Amino acid sequence: MSAAHDHHDEAPKTAGPVVLATHTSSAGKTVRSLRVARPEPHDANFLVAAAKGLGITLKHFAKNFFLPMRSKEARAKLGAPESISGNEIETVQYPDEKVTYPERFRGLHRLMLRDDGAVRCVACMCCPTVCPAHCITIIPEESDSKGIEKRPAVFEIDELRCVVCGLCVEACPCDAIRMDTGVHATPVEDRGDAIETKESMLARGIKSVAKQGGEGPTWRTTAPVPPSDKR
Amino acid sequence: MLASISIWDILDWGGTKWLFLVLALVMPLASLLTWAERRQSAMMQDRLGPNRANIGPIKLKGILHFVADALKMIFKEDFVPANVHKGLFTLAPLLALAPVLIAFCIIPFGPTIYPHVLAHGIATHVDPLALAQNPAAPDFIDSIRLQIFSIDYGLIFYFAVLTLANYGGTIAGWASYNKWALLGGLRSSSQMMSYEVAMGLSLMPIFLAFGTLEPGALVDMQGSNPVNWGLLSWSALPGGALFTIGAFLLFFTAAIAETKRAPFDIPEGEPEIIGYFVEYSGMRWGIFFLAEFIEVVFISAVVATVFFGGWQVPFLDVDGFRFGGELTQVTDIMGHVHNVTVGGSILPLPHLAVVLFQFGAFGLKVVLLCWFQLAVRWTLPRFRADQLMKLGWKLLLPLALANIMITALVKLIFMGA
Repeated sequence: MSAAHDHHDEAPKTAGPVVLATHTSSAGKTVRSLRVARPEPHDANFLVAAAKGLGITLKHFAKNFFLPMRSKEARAKLGAPESISGNEIETVQYPDEKVTYPERFRGLHRLMLRDDGAVRCVACMCCPTVCPAHCITIIPEESDSKGIEKRPAVFEIDELRCVVCGLCVEACPCDAIRMDTGVHATPVEDRGDAIETKESMLARGIKSVAKQGGEGPTWRTTAPVPPSDKR
Repeated sequence: MLASISIWDILDWGGTKWLFLVLALVMPLASLLTWAERRQSAMMQDRLGPNRANIGPIKLKGILHFVADALKMIFKEDFVPANVHKGLFTLAPLLALAPVLIAFCIIPFGPTIYPHVLAHGIATHVDPLALAQNPAAPDFIDSIRLQIFSIDYGLIFYFAVLTLANYGGTIAGWASYNKWALLGGLRSSSQMMSYEVAMGLSLMPIFLAFGTLEPGALVDMQGSNPVNWGLLSWSALPGGALFTIGAFLLFFTAAIAETKRAPFDIPEGEPEIIGYFVEYSGMRWGIFFLAEFIEVVFISAVVATVFFGGWQVPFLDVDGFRFGGELTQVTDIMGHVHNVTVGGSILPLPHLAVVLFQFGAFGLKVVLLCWFQLAVRWTLPRFRADQLMKLGWKLLLPLALANIMITALVKLIFMGA
């Protein structure tokens, strides 16, 4: 909501039902129940309330009706947002106007690349294990890279089953899968088309800056302590 | 016999006027209201509403949505559930639509047109004195009265006919073989019965003021001075405007209830029972929907006619805008007495301009009242069924009765019997 919207929508401080009693629940101090005096229907003044309500709605109508007729400068002076419709309407006209997604928006998956362009995934099976929707299918094969045992022969994600929780990204030990594309799942005509393959996710991938294959800098300042109570 | 029928006779024939009124004015306005309602409600709620329907680059702010809606409803599957009473199921939408269209017969939707004055050249004026003295003069014959029926019981006719529209809802509810539809139909009946009484009675003060039930005569008597219009017609009497404004509020409330739209949409009751047309789809449902909007237009037309001077434009007489002037009584050759305003400062206008002004004024009044009805519909929350009955029987009816009594008493005391 823009600042210009708020001034007449605020409930007056004195309005609202009269609180007769406040009871604090045993569940906690923040849980309270109020007993309020509401006007009986025959006491309530419908005519005045109806006129007041009509005043509010018609004020909004008049503003949204007449604002587009004002010049761009006059609108800017009144603090109206710049939209295609030229009034204070908050509707985003989707294909013409688009809101930018937040930075941490979880979009379609992508598979990251190593420096040599190969897939970073080592087929450790962490992500299909953690996936609550069981939408990730990985079939591993032997890798020919030095120091890396496996790589995915098949890496598929069924976007229709995916609940976009991001746990696969959390689980990945080597920054191989990300959901930071900012692209949401596109509509498909065939259910099969909603399955993302290794190739399609690699096509969106970029090279990761993280090191891989145990060649990175050590983060330990002391020697690892052996566990004391082995069962 | 056939040879004696002139083009003016055909134009003045009720069927022609009805076709023009319904096809050229009412149906387009009602269809536009389906779009206007969504767009207006959106603007009242800081939304945008339907604005994208287009034919190529022609967008018109989304007005074409009503075309899209109509096409959609026509091409939808015409589904009839298995156990419905087929005949009544088919009949019900027509029963809902037809009475409203018939009721339009009583509405004077424009002034009387004198074609021969127009034929003299479009700049010719109508002399009000000459018109009053001899309405059968060659200049004024073949006149086209823009009202289909001028019957003395005009508004009673409207009450009677619009009651029939209720059968549409009730029969739809019964024929649908559906509990919820039946409930909706019953609610529709009870609501109609409750509010029809208050609606009829609330108009009585206006009848007492003008002494006629004929809408055309009502408009003629209200004249071009807004002070004499129905809403203020008693204002010369002490506290008189109170009665007529009260009558207006009562009638408008009851009339909105008659249209079965929120805040009185108990028969429909979207959150509870969906209503008497729950089994209808496609254009059959569309007809119910359209009938509702035509009722909105009709109520606006009645309110404009009775309370807001019908097609009268403020200070526009038959010969042009007149300010001041004196009321004189003229006896025509038939012996009827007419009230004619003469003198005063006048801005003469040709007959065609006067007709267009007055015709446009009626349209404007109707559109504004429709707009107001939509605003009410999108502002007020809906009543519960018991609140609805309470409002109708315990508030509107007593108030309407009291209004009649007091108005009659005031008339008796200040104007004599």
